[in-house]
Amino acid sequence: MIREFTVSEFWYLLQATRWTILLSIVAFVGGSVVGFAMTLMRIAGSRALRFPAMAYIKVFQGTPLLMQLFLIYFGIGLLGVQVAPWTAAAIAFTLYASAFLAEIWRGCIQAIPRGQWEGARSLSLRYGQQLRFVVLPQALRVAVPPTVGFLVQLLKGTSLASVIGFVELTRAAQVVNNSTFSPLTVYALVAAIYFSLCWPLSRLADRLEARLGSHLVPKVQGQV
Amino acid sequence: MNDPSARPPPTKAVAVEMAGVSKWFGSFQALKDIDLTVLQGERIVICGPSGSGKSTLIRCINRLERHESGRMVVDGIELAADSRRDEEVRREVGMVFQHFNLFPHMTILENCTLAPIQVRKQSRSEAEATAMRYLERVRIPEQAGKYPGQLSGGQQQRVAIARSLCMQPRIMLFDEPTSALDPEMIREVLDVMVDLAEDGMTMLVVSHEMGFARQVADRVVFMDGGRIVEESAPDAFFRSPRHERTKAFLSQILR
Repeated sequence: MIREFTVSEFWYLLQATRWTILLSIVAFVGGSVVGFAMTLMRIAGSRALRFPAMAYIKVFQGTPLLMQLFLIYFGIGLLGVQVAPWTAAAIAFTLYASAFLAEIWRGCIQAIPRGQWEGARSLSLRYGQQLRFVVLPQALRVAVPPTVGFLVQLLKGTSLASVIGFVELTRAAQVVNNSTFSPLTVYALVAAIYFSLCWPLSRLADRLEARLGSHLVPKVQGQV
Repeated sequence: MNDPSARPPPTKAVAVEMAGVSKWFGSFQALKDIDLTVLQGERIVICGPSGSGKSTLIRCINRLERHESGRMVVDGIELAADSRRDEEVRREVGMVFQHFNLFPHMTILENCTLAPIQVRKQSRSEAEATAMRYLERVRIPEQAGKYPGQLSGGQQQRVAIARSLCMQPRIMLFDEPTSALDPEMIREVLDVMVDLAEDGMTMLVVSHEMGFARQVADRVVFMDGGRIVEESAPDAFFRSPRHERTKAFLSQILR
């Protein structure tokens, strides 16, 4: 019953790659939206905003993604609501990504010197304006490398969704390997596909960082 | 430096009034029972050893710090414990910092037009025209398209002054504006400040530039340990300081 590894198997893997990409995009976009809200809460002056955000981040950073996947997939199932693997994976990865992005971006915002806030405040800009015009544009540049770094992790991490039966690239590889029994070919190929997705992202990060930093000529004294 | 027609005629109205103002950082009391009245058009130089509370004092005026007791009125606005009127006060009070605090991701012109456009709701062209006028006053109109990182420290500080002036403030605060500058750049910044003083701007300047104090100050305020120790006209202040602490301080900085 062992089949040959043929073009159709290769095609099957590529089809599954779409789901890896789609899950990554959903998790990144959803994680960005939720994560940014968490970032804003995390840097807020009010304790009532800061504390829930901190708790949220700690919980999702401090528990294995695998448990989050299981809890959402099986846990919600126990409540009588049937969730498809795709939905469960999308939710779990979004929550997971949001916690990490929130923490990465908080660090980037706090890396901007206090004097920048004060300069903006002294010009009578409101809090939202200080953020939007002065702090965030500078934090954005700082944020590019760690954000893309996390995105690469996230993309590779989607392979974990295979454990709840979501057929993405890794799950498809298992399926193909089970019928062709050519692990070397299959997994080397899959690794190559992951690489071909991640590498351009890193390149993009370099380009983006350089472009956002075009105003940063060699430092002149006194600039803090 | 201001358009005289747009201003009320010079009066002896009070610009800043502080009565019994105190401020703590945790258990450290940074300001102790400060009484200070500054009239419109007055130039005050505040000096004193580091940690004496001089920066804190002027930062309370534009609400970068909040005073905790006492009464403060700035440009007719009574400042209470809450922050509701912070932006209102800051619209009328400009501030220049030791480290300039220019926005490095914006050009000089964008630095100068951001607040007038966002806060004063000026049109871009109006804000740019005003900005160019002030950049000319601080003698660097040709740098308008550059980024702060491309300018020298002295040039950056002059941009910072122009940026504040673009909001057309009625009071200007300077927090050690020349302390971070190389010696040869101090003069160009002080020249701009003298120019501004001669124009009748109300100024509170934290500085150890005693030459500047002599030249333009109406009063010199000496602070130590969070208190105002001595306050007098520059002549009297330098020739015959009354307090021992002042004498010791002056003998150290006027070597």
